[in-house]
Amino acid sequence: MIRGERVLFREISVAVRAGDALLLRGANGAGKTTLLRVLAGLTRPEAGRVTRAAAHHWVGHREGLKPQETPREHLKLWTQAWGSGAETDPVLTRMGLTRPADVAGRYLSAGQRRRTALARLLLEDRPVWLLDEPYTALDADGRKLVDDLIAAHRAMGGAVIAAIHGEAGFAASGDLTL
Amino acid sequence: MSAAPILAAFRQSLGEAWAGGAGALLPLGFLGGAAVLVPLGIGSDVETLKAVGPGIIWVALALASLVTLERIFQSDAEDGTLDLWLQTGAPVSAIAAAKTIAHWLSAGLPLALFSPLLALMFQAEASPDLLVNAGLYALGSLAFFFWGGVGAALSATVRRGGLLISLIALPLYVPTAIFGALAMSGGPGSAGAPLFLAASTLFACAVAPYAMAAALRLAAD
Amino acid sequence: MWSYFANPHKFLRLSDWLAPAFYSLGAACIAYGLWQGLWIVPKDEYQGGDIMRVMFVHVPAAWLAMASYSALAIASFVWFVWRHELADIAAKAIAPIGAVWTAICLSTGSIWGKPTWGTWWQWDDARMMSVLFLFFLFLGYMALRAAMDTRQKAARAGAILAMVGAINIPLIKFSVDLFTSLHQDASVITADGPKMAAVYLTPLLVSAIGHSLLFGGLVMTRMRTEIRERRIARLRSRELEAF
Repeated sequence: MIRGERVLFREISVAVRAGDALLLRGANGAGKTTLLRVLAGLTRPEAGRVTRAAAHHWVGHREGLKPQETPREHLKLWTQAWGSGAETDPVLTRMGLTRPADVAGRYLSAGQRRRTALARLLLEDRPVWLLDEPYTALDADGRKLVDDLIAAHRAMGGAVIAAIHGEAGFAASGDLTL
Repeated sequence: MSAAPILAAFRQSLGEAWAGGAGALLPLGFLGGAAVLVPLGIGSDVETLKAVGPGIIWVALALASLVTLERIFQSDAEDGTLDLWLQTGAPVSAIAAAKTIAHWLSAGLPLALFSPLLALMFQAEASPDLLVNAGLYALGSLAFFFWGGVGAALSATVRRGGLLISLIALPLYVPTAIFGALAMSGGPGSAGAPLFLAASTLFACAVAPYAMAAALRLAAD
Repeated sequence: MWSYFANPHKFLRLSDWLAPAFYSLGAACIAYGLWQGLWIVPKDEYQGGDIMRVMFVHVPAAWLAMASYSALAIASFVWFVWRHELADIAAKAIAPIGAVWTAICLSTGSIWGKPTWGTWWQWDDARMMSVLFLFFLFLGYMALRAAMDTRQKAARAGAILAMVGAINIPLIKFSVDLFTSLHQDASVITADGPKMAAVYLTPLLVSAIGHSLLFGGLVMTRMRTEIRERRIARLRSRELEAF
């Protein structure tokens, strides 16, 4: 994978199976985000390919929440876009977003926006979660919430690939240092 | 594949366009302001204003499309929404087209509907022709929005992208401006011009979405 | 076949002697064309007298303006489909050179227009307007490339824009023709009005070949520079990584 003139990484192979949690490690600028974007199909690798046997969820470091959008509207929109037909209220409760549910994105704190982005994971069952720094901006409570979500997802046979800088609150089945 | 992601993109863009200020009032104010400057600049001679009026409205429409398009893909690229749209599995060209049409509905169409009033200010005779012209403005501005959308998608990650959009889109606006002004001139050759206008707008609707899709994939890369 | 030409090493070896050959042949052709055009051929009063001699620069420039945009579009297409880096290098090299020839075409046309049409700028002349929009297409292309932060992005964005421009050119041309045909004043002298006399044709043709050769030489030189600049950038970043 080449960025500008810089070769970020070469000859990497990544594979996850049901129940796996793969941690991507590496210093700032090592290419964790880029690798995740390649896996998500957003960035085209210079060579090589990505085989996806299952649908994935993407939570990047940019939340995807519009300034005028409330968490409730955001979840409704993506329920509609994905045609998943999920109920948004239980998801908002689960993510601790009941109080700011109708506050526009621009007035939310960074942690609340991050919770809204993570809430998308619960709108539809998808086997693979691609998470870029899921703990960012979250308080202790929020980090615990992420760990619980990941644990529940793995217990149901889901897989997670996450770029995490620092301690992960769950036992990874493997890690990859870039 | 279902149409759900495309509809959702349309709905979100409509909400965004409406929330970005005073809804359709903002582009209307822009059009009014730009058009009112002209008589101040060239004088208030009745015949002159009558002659330049339709053209001024075309120019104002083109400018309005450029101004409103600057942010349509840029904001998506900045807040991460673009990443999500690219992963819905729906054709990116359809999503780009849906977003463009949403913005045209909230800026281009209101301007076109407002054009008879401006035409009256430019000393046009009050006649049903003004309503026909409003239809032509609506048709032509759709092409402006599609070609402008290509510029907007290409400069989605560029700071001060607005200036770049104008430079990119200007040559692409030429056919619409010529056919549109010709259709309203009432002179020789004006009879077929509405058809040419419609054809060039259709061409824009058919081609621009693919260019926007390629540009958006690039913006996310 | 593409992969043969897409090899930068082969290109460097080929252009090593081809570019100088183009320069010298081109200079000879242009010199012959100018000598014939400025001193030998008789002036044509119908075309404005001696000022018509600007034609020996103007017409080749017009030809190159169109040819260079076509070359840009083809290079962009080749890059977009086959992703051969050399095609992108070619596109990047062609744009500014094409823009300069387009500007030459516009300015010489303007100089020719003043005594014959009585105006520096004739809005009713379809060729003038079309070339102007071509010039804008070049400017937009260069501005877009310059605004992108990596060369890969510049290549992709540039290719998309060049292709969008190319498919729009017929429509732009058609609309401009329609616009001018309705406004055209019968008294305006058009260059293609009377039949071109054979005495002008040969020097004109030689001139056009000369300009084309010069264009080819300049493009090759710029491509060689670009290939080396990219190598330097690669070496630099490798050096940085070593730290």
